[in-house]
Amino acid sequence: MTSFFQYVFTGLSAGSLYMLVALGIVLIYRSTRVLNFAHGDIATVATFVAFSALSHKYSFLAAFGASLAVGAAVGVAFYLSVLARAQREGANLLGMVILTLGLALIIQGVVIWYWGADPVSLPFPISDTRTYTVGGVVISQLSLASLGAGILGSLLLYLLVQKTRLGLAMRATSENLMAAQTLGIPTRLVLSVSWGAASALGVVAGIFLAPALLLDPFFMLDPFLKGFAAAVLGGLNSLPGAVVGALVLGVAESLTGGYLAIHFKNTLAFGIIIVVLLVRPEGLLGKEFKERV
Amino acid sequence: MAGLLEVGDLSLAFGGIKAIEGVSLSVLESETLAVIGPNGSGKTSLFNCITGIYRPTSGAIAFHGASLLGHTPDEIARAGVARTFQNLRLFHNMTVLDNLMVGRHLHFAKNLAAAALRLRAEEIRHRSRCEEIIEFLNLEPVRKSRAGDCPYGVQKRVELGRALATEPRLLLLDEPVSGLTQEEKEEFGYWVHEIRGRFRITVLFVEHDLRFASRLADRMVALDHGVKIAEGTPAEVQRHPEVVKAYVGN
Repeated sequence: MTSFFQYVFTGLSAGSLYMLVALGIVLIYRSTRVLNFAHGDIATVATFVAFSALSHKYSFLAAFGASLAVGAAVGVAFYLSVLARAQREGANLLGMVILTLGLALIIQGVVIWYWGADPVSLPFPISDTRTYTVGGVVISQLSLASLGAGILGSLLLYLLVQKTRLGLAMRATSENLMAAQTLGIPTRLVLSVSWGAASALGVVAGIFLAPALLLDPFFMLDPFLKGFAAAVLGGLNSLPGAVVGALVLGVAESLTGGYLAIHFKNTLAFGIIIVVLLVRPEGLLGKEFKERV
Repeated sequence: MAGLLEVGDLSLAFGGIKAIEGVSLSVLESETLAVIGPNGSGKTSLFNCITGIYRPTSGAIAFHGASLLGHTPDEIARAGVARTFQNLRLFHNMTVLDNLMVGRHLHFAKNLAAAALRLRAEEIRHRSRCEEIIEFLNLEPVRKSRAGDCPYGVQKRVELGRALATEPRLLLLDEPVSGLTQEEKEEFGYWVHEIRGRFRITVLFVEHDLRFASRLADRMVALDHGVKIAEGTPAEVQRHPEVVKAYVGN
């Protein structure tokens, strides 16, 4: 029984980081209908920025702030200078998705060129070897902090989207762009905020994942795919769906690793994608956007 | 004298298809002008040009003396032009009240400093404006309902209310009574009439239903195949031979 709780806790902690990735993917998908394949890579480059800042003896907080700013800036700049322009020129959705894939490759190139391809470790103030034991369940500081970061990040996003004026404009824009525009909402500005916020969420995930993994140019690939699976599971256009999907995926993965075989831990995410797409393509909490024609 | 909205020699083509050809019209301050015409006569295209969704091929559109050409839809909305859509474009997953609050968005932006300093008072002012519209359009029973769950007739009212919430100077209504029952049409006619009296808003509306249009409008403009075929009082336009031909055929 103790090991069951251990697996559940580990799963929730991993799931909360998938959640941050998934929320970013969903935020962008539901506002621009674009699946952002560069989501993980934006987080990668921003995490490397934190690494550089820490190597130059800046405080952890300053490094964290800088990497959030860089991540958000890359997202906003890409949206404004590439995607919005492509859209204006009449690019279709597939074309725009390919553009994000292009951004991913560009960022990978930049990271390898500037930081090299060798894995480095991110000096992190929170340890994953210092642990607490609660009722037999071993809880590391890092996993606790990851859980906290996931909860805090999604709470802030919830407040932004549901409780602020900007959030109202974001919801209006994602639900009906043309109607939002004719009501005076500067939709391009609102969408660039969505890109910035989504990228920043991914960066938080990156920073908290880096200490457990090693930092290399592709370290976010796996978490990105997991976040993507979680988003599909929950429903690609539902923010609450991303939360549920990520936590379910995290726990399921951990239980699979614990009780079945560790080898299938990563297989599970894609098994889930296949089953969801066959059984309930709109995801657990997703709703199809319907338009009266 | 120059009207509130001046459309001059406007043309719009999609590839080789001409949607609008050299249409000129002016909407005078505080009048209600109807644009009528059969399906595919270019009425909605005209609205889409005015609100910046389409870029006209040639011609001029001026609102209050300033050109609207080359401006984005949100800039045009901020200048004081609001509209409804023929196929409703509500925010289905929001409540009726939130739909109206989105309409208030542009006034939030304008009073950003005031909003920051006295958040509460600002919020209350916007709420009370929305309440006024809710009361006016009889939306009280559905204010907290999801817009997408409301019956069609109510959704039409919500969209009208949302446009009113922006406090426009010019309101464009695209086929406001299409798909409504006779009773609902009567009600809607009353509201459109009242909008002018109570909110002092100039109304330009597009309508397929000739009878409804002639009852509400001060003046009418008739389009057919993107060309203006008649203009004048409802009685004149209704009897105009070109209009009869367009509606009834030869």
